[in-house]
Amino acid sequence: MSDKIKSDAVFGLARHFRLQWEDAQQNYVLLFPEGMVKLNGGAGEVIKRLDGKKTVADVVAELQAAFPGVPELEADVLSMLDLALGKDWIEQKNSL
Amino acid sequence: MNKKTHSKPLPKPFWLLAEITYRCPLHCAFCYNPTDFVNYTHNELSTEAWIKVLRDARQMGALQLGISGGEPLLRDDIEEIVAEAGSLGYYSNLITSGVGLTEKRIAEFKRGGLDHIQLSMHDISKEINNFITDTNTFELKKKVATMIKDYDFPMVLNVVIHRYNIEHIGEILEMAEQIGANYVELANTQYYGWSLLNRAQLMPTREQLIKAEAVTNKFRERIGSKMKIYFVVPDYYADRPKKCMNGWGEVFMIVTADGTVLPCHSARVLPNMTFPNVQEHGLEWAWNESPAFNKYRGDDWMKEPCRSCPDKEKDLGGCRCQALMLAGDAELADPVCELSPAHGVILQAIEDAKNPQLAAQPILFRNDKNSRKIIDGELKHLTDEFHALP
Repeated sequence: MSDKIKSDAVFGLARHFRLQWEDAQQNYVLLFPEGMVKLNGGAGEVIKRLDGKKTVADVVAELQAAFPGVPELEADVLSMLDLALGKDWIEQKNSL
Repeated sequence: MNKKTHSKPLPKPFWLLAEITYRCPLHCAFCYNPTDFVNYTHNELSTEAWIKVLRDARQMGALQLGISGGEPLLRDDIEEIVAEAGSLGYYSNLITSGVGLTEKRIAEFKRGGLDHIQLSMHDISKEINNFITDTNTFELKKKVATMIKDYDFPMVLNVVIHRYNIEHIGEILEMAEQIGANYVELANTQYYGWSLLNRAQLMPTREQLIKAEAVTNKFRERIGSKMKIYFVVPDYYADRPKKCMNGWGEVFMIVTADGTVLPCHSARVLPNMTFPNVQEHGLEWAWNESPAFNKYRGDDWMKEPCRSCPDKEKDLGGCRCQALMLAGDAELADPVCELSPAHGVILQAIEDAKNPQLAAQPILFRNDKNSRKIIDGELKHLTDEFHALP
């Protein structure tokens, strides 16, 4: 696992952020005051699973089950979480 | 118009700004609203028309919604409009002075699915707040801020910066921290509408601006991610012109109180343009097909020095309205650009900002009486300085 993202960490959307599927765009968007981010397919799949209850390990396992055979999936998930955390889109919900 | 030269698909209006009324209890000297706003205070769209605008725009892909004015709380049907926006899945923002916000209304907004409230604040001092807005609203704003917090809305403070408050930026940020703001926009005045007429009175000096930015950066370091601070650099002191509205008809669509559809806040000043109105045309036609929205899409319209400029995609030649108001032709380079032959007008305004006598001229406040005077040509000596003000 990466240095910053621990496998037993639990993440959720940052306060006052909203994740929404946009039919017109066929992707998830993250909405917040004064901004929005269009999430590509992979990022949407990761972020929609951050419910403030599942651990990072749970999320990785779920994605591996949903997308079997995708190489480097765990590393991709961790770098996605790292990026989302750096941008304050998500926040850690448990203290380790 | 030049639509067929577009090779890429037409953009979508992700941001919709609904300026639902131009009536306003405040009379701010820096207001960007049209100076002839009294022409649009008696022919506002009906509730049903606004609901149709929201539905149509959402279908076209709009996601972020600003409900603004004037003061949007002056409309009695604001709760209905908010609830419709909520059910359509907009991320909606009420942009308000706070005047007219009551416990009953804010609870209704929460139920209706409003996402956040952007409250305007003006200064830490009652005197300056009351002077620049020409109202007695200082205490009220503090009460409203508490209410926004109590109802768990993200608090976005918008503070328009000018020479009367720029030296208080440090204290303004401390006040924002105290009342628990999540976002603070330090919006240096841009000179459109009323603020253009009051430019000499409002524009800070370069020294004041540099100091304010340094104070802001220092505060940012201390506060970290607890509070997001946007410092909007005023055009006149920017190195390069701004990519206005992120491109004409690219992302933003504004529907004004009387139903006129605009690609930017001040496009009404542009002469020889007919902007579509939702009472005559569908929104989809306005955005996709209307000559006005296609006029400055892309870069076919550009003249030199923009046409052959290596930076033309970066800034799209700046702001069409500013080019018109300051250089007399909307298709010229924005005079903010140092490559513009008219750049001297910007340098002069910067020079003038150092002259306390010019700054001490009386302010023309945004009110019905002054708006009528402008329409009747009584303030020609002021308006003639800038082209095509109504």
